[in-house]
Amino acid sequence: MDLTGLLAFNVLSGIATFVLITLGLGVIYGMMRIINLAHGEFMMLGAYTTVSAVGAGVNIWIAMLVLPPLVVGLVGLVLERALIRFLYGRMMDMMLATWGVSLGLIGISSTIYGNVVRGVTAPLGGFNIGRYGASLYSFVIILVAIACLVGLYALLRLTKFGLILRAAMQNPRMAAALGISPSIVYMATFTLGAALAGLAGGVLAPISGISPNMGAAYIANAFITVLGGGPAIIAGTGIASVIFGAINQIVSFVANPVLGTVSLLVFAVIMIRILPQGITGRFFRNSL
Amino acid sequence: MSAVLEVSGLRAGYGRVPILGGIGLAVEANSFVGILGHNGMGKSTLLRSLMGYLPATGGKVSFQGKDITNLSTTARAKAGLGYVPQGREIFPALSVMDNLRMGCLLAKGEEARVIEDILEDFPRLRRLLDRPGGALSGGEQQLLALARCLCASPSLILLDEPTEGIQPSIIEEMAETLHTLRRRRPFAMLLVEQKLSFIQACAERILILQKGMITGEIPPESIGDANVIAEFSGMA
Repeated sequence: MDLTGLLAFNVLSGIATFVLITLGLGVIYGMMRIINLAHGEFMMLGAYTTVSAVGAGVNIWIAMLVLPPLVVGLVGLVLERALIRFLYGRMMDMMLATWGVSLGLIGISSTIYGNVVRGVTAPLGGFNIGRYGASLYSFVIILVAIACLVGLYALLRLTKFGLILRAAMQNPRMAAALGISPSIVYMATFTLGAALAGLAGGVLAPISGISPNMGAAYIANAFITVLGGGPAIIAGTGIASVIFGAINQIVSFVANPVLGTVSLLVFAVIMIRILPQGITGRFFRNSL
Repeated sequence: MSAVLEVSGLRAGYGRVPILGGIGLAVEANSFVGILGHNGMGKSTLLRSLMGYLPATGGKVSFQGKDITNLSTTARAKAGLGYVPQGREIFPALSVMDNLRMGCLLAKGEEARVIEDILEDFPRLRRLLDRPGGALSGGEQQLLALARCLCASPSLILLDEPTEGIQPSIIEEMAETLHTLRRRRPFAMLLVEQKLSFIQACAERILILQKGMITGEIPPESIGDANVIAEFSGMA
């Protein structure tokens, strides 16, 4: 019974982690069709923002939840204006460019922080599920993931900004004829995606080894989840995260983490073979 | 009367293929001008170029006395140019209501009010408000595209082959609606069409477009005479 409770808790936090690492990539890929190979490095920047801020004596919650999205959002904004916007519609060039950005960010952070693994102490302590100990911090991850999904849904569905975003993504030329500047919409979307990646980096900082290369650990899972989720960003990310997060955690728990990753990849390959458009390409097609 | 749109020597094309070979025309304020031409004569290209999707490779476009030849599509829309493209270009995943709200971005009045007013003129859309735009029939989409454009109260509407693939009842409804609307609030329209009856029902002047050039104008007194029009446009 205790074991079941612990497993359920781990599965939940695993799912939440998938949501967090995927959502920023999902926004940029889902709305703009840009394959952002620097997504992992955006997360890395978020994590380093937390490390630096905590080191400077900033309150840990602000260092995790507020500063990383602001800093990385700003980096995304500058990159979009300086580089990305010249490459819209050129998928290969865009991949090369974002890959270059990713290498550049790794280089810069290696120079500044050195090639060592750092950590941030998780706030909150532990609690017991029967005989087993679990981290209270996992609740934070779960709550932030839910808040991100709900917040993004509300932004897209209930605000004028969200309406403009959805319209411009469906038909940028027509949106321009109605007075929208697609260039500004793309800028805002890329910034939003970068900020979400930064937030993920900040929130996951206390449970990650923070190093310049940490992005590589996330990017594969993030891409699998985006592709598996399909065109609907929120529903797709949510559903794919539930499936992949659960598989990963359960197999890791029963066997070991390596098998967990292997089974996740095998399942993803089979699923994408059956549903090439992703889950929301076939089901829940009218969701967001 | 002053011209709301003046085009002189407009050239445009796709890549190195020239389509428009020096178009000259003027649309007077509050008048409806029709351009008649076959497929491939450059009708849609002309409107796309006027809307700023295609860069002009020569010539000049003035809108309300201002040179807009090099303005972006967005800037032209803000200046008061409305566009109802061929194929309607409804946002398929947005509801009819949200499509109309997009049309209100440049509206002068309050959004809810503007939409309420436009629904008075397009009663057929009222029961479809919650439907996704992509689920509407071609005719309903055409009405929606027109309504969406009108929400912003443009001073000139560019209307591209609105009758293509539309059932006759909606074509009549559209012509009537346009006339009703202009009585209440004046606006000018540049309509390109290959369907004679619709252009006759709507336009006060009819120009002929052939191979990227305006080759003639049908005398106003002959607009009701299908034989004369057929002769002029070589459609007999």
